[in-house]
Amino acid sequence: MKKSPELSNELRAQLGEAETFASVIMRLWRENKLAAVSAVVILLFVLAAILAPVLTPYTFDGMDLFNRLAPPSREHLLGTDEAGRDVLTRMLYGARVSLLVGIVPTVISMLAGAILGIIAGYSGGSADAAIMRIADVMLAFPSMFLAMVIMYTLGDGMINIFLALALVNWASVARIVRAETLRLKKTEFVEAAQSIGVKKLVIMFRHILPNCIPSLIVLFTLNIPSAILSESSLSFLSIGIKPPQASWGLMVNEGRQFLYSQPWLSLSPSIAIMLVVLAFNFLGDGLRDVLDPHLKNQ
Amino acid sequence: MARNILSRVMQAAIVMLGVALLIFIMLRIVPGNAIVTMMGEHAKTETIERMTSELGLDQPMYVQFWHYITGAVRGDFGTSYSLNRSVTELIGTAFPNTVRLAFAAALIAWVTGIICGVIAAVKKNGILDHFFMGMSLLGVSVPVFMVAMVLQYFLAYKLKWLPISGVDSWRGYILPAIALGWNSAGSIARLTRSTLLEVMQADYIDTARAKGRRQVGIITVHALRNALLPVITMMAVQLSSLLSGAVICETVFSVNGIGRLLVQAIEGRDIPLLQGTILFSTLLVILGNLIADCLYAVLDPRISKEV
Repeated sequence: MKKSPELSNELRAQLGEAETFASVIMRLWRENKLAAVSAVVILLFVLAAILAPVLTPYTFDGMDLFNRLAPPSREHLLGTDEAGRDVLTRMLYGARVSLLVGIVPTVISMLAGAILGIIAGYSGGSADAAIMRIADVMLAFPSMFLAMVIMYTLGDGMINIFLALALVNWASVARIVRAETLRLKKTEFVEAAQSIGVKKLVIMFRHILPNCIPSLIVLFTLNIPSAILSESSLSFLSIGIKPPQASWGLMVNEGRQFLYSQPWLSLSPSIAIMLVVLAFNFLGDGLRDVLDPHLKNQ
Repeated sequence: MARNILSRVMQAAIVMLGVALLIFIMLRIVPGNAIVTMMGEHAKTETIERMTSELGLDQPMYVQFWHYITGAVRGDFGTSYSLNRSVTELIGTAFPNTVRLAFAAALIAWVTGIICGVIAAVKKNGILDHFFMGMSLLGVSVPVFMVAMVLQYFLAYKLKWLPISGVDSWRGYILPAIALGWNSAGSIARLTRSTLLEVMQADYIDTARAKGRRQVGIITVHALRNALLPVITMMAVQLSSLLSGAVICETVFSVNGIGRLLVQAIEGRDIPLLQGTILFSTLLVILGNLIADCLYAVLDPRISKEV
C-alpha cells in the first residue's frame, strides 16, 4: 500500500490507510498510559534477560553448598536456593526462558494459524471443512491437558515446549483469521481484484492478509502472556524445563517445599511471572483499543 | 430448533471421535518403545514382551484402535499400569473431588464476577469500575499456583483459619476453590461489564426508562437478562479452563482429583491412565460445550431460528 505524504494524519485515518509504527505508539501513549508503561516494563525485562551475564557475578547453575537457603542479603539480593544458587541470577536467566517461550511458540502458532485460517476462509469447501474440524478437535481439549500429553510424547526440554504450545494455540488463531477472511472476501476491493483476474494466492496473501494484521498484532500480544503462563505451569508440574536450567515455573516448584520457612524462594519468581504477564495483558488491551476496536467485545 | 440441536450433536460426536483418534496417535508415537519408556531401561525382555501383549500393543494399529474405542464406549479405559487398578475405577474415585472443587470455584467466580461486572458497568469510568477492571486483569495475569500458594501461606499457615491441604471436610475446599475461581472471576467480570454496557444502549432500555422505571429495575429486570446470554456460553469455555487450572490446584492442595491423576499418570509413564483421564475430561468438556450451545439456542430465540 503506497502512502500519500501530502495527506494529514486525520485524513489518512479517515481513508483507512495503514498507520506507521510511530503513530501507533503515540496514540497508545495519548490514549492509554498504562499500556505505554507496560511496554517499558517489558523492554526492561527483555534487557535484563539479554544482559543477565553482565548484571550478575554468579551463574545460573553455580552451587555454593556452604551457603544454602540463605535469606536475602547484600551478596544475594534475593537469597540462595536449596543448592546455594543465587536466586536473583536464576531469575534473570529464567526471564530468558519465559520471554522466549512467550514469543517463539506464539510466532509459530500465529503464522500457522493465519495461513490455515486464510486458506480455510478463502477456499471454503473441503479444505475449509478439513482445517476447521481439526481446529475443533484441538480446541476441545482443556489446553493444559493437551500441552501435558504433547510434552509426554515429545519429552522435556525447551524446543519441545515451543512445539507443544504452538500446537495448542494455532487453532484459535485460525478460527479468528478465518472469520476475518470471510468478512473481507465480501468487500469491494477483493471482488475488484477477483474481477480483474488476480491469482487466488495473491489475493489471499497480498490483499487479505495485510488487512488481518491489526487483529493479529493484538492476538499476538494477548497470546504471549498465556504462553508464558502455560510454560510456568508445565515447569511447575516438572514436565517442562529441567534443572539445572532456570525457569520461573521450575523455581516456584523447587521453592515450594520451603514455602513456610523461605517463602521468597517461590514468591519472587511468581511475582516476576505476574509482572510480565500483566504488562503484556495491559499492552494487548491498549493496542486492541488503538488498532482494532471491533475486537473489544470478543 | 430440533434440527439445529441435532446438527450440533452430530458435530460434537465427530469432534469426540477426532479427540479419541488424536490421543491414540499421540500416545503411540512416543519415540522408542512405549513399554520400555514406561517400565524403564532396565526392564527384563520377557517382562516387556508380556506387557506388550497384555496391553495389546503387538496387534495391528486398527485392531488396537477398535479395542480402545469400543472399550471407551462401554466405559472401560483399561488397567492402570502404575497403580494396578482399573482406570475407570480410579477416575470414578477422583472425579467427584474435582467436580466439587470445580463447582465451588465456578460458584465463587460467577457470583463475584457478575456482581463486580454489573457494578463496574453501572459506575462506568468511576473509581470502582477502574478498580474492578484492574483487579480482573490481575485475576487473569496471576498464575494459579501463585494464588494457591499465597492463600495457603497466609490463611492456612499464618492465620490457621483453614486447612493447609487435603479435602477431608468442606472447609478444605475453600482455599483451592478461591485459587481456581480467581482467574475465571476476572474474565466473567469483564464480559458482564462489556455486554451490559452494550445492552444498555438498546432502544427497549430507553422505553423502560421513559416509562419511569428506576435504574435498579432496568438493570436487573431488563438489561441483565439479555446481557447474561454471552456469559452463559462462557460457562463451557470456563469448564475447560477450570479443568486446566484444577491440575495445579489439586497438586498444591493435595486434592485427589482428575488433575492429580493426570500428573501421576505422567510421572508414572502410565499410558492407560493418561489415555483414560484425558479422554474422559475432554469428552466432558465437549459435552459441556454442547449443553451450553443448546441452552443458548433455547434462551435466545434469534439463534434457534437459524438453521
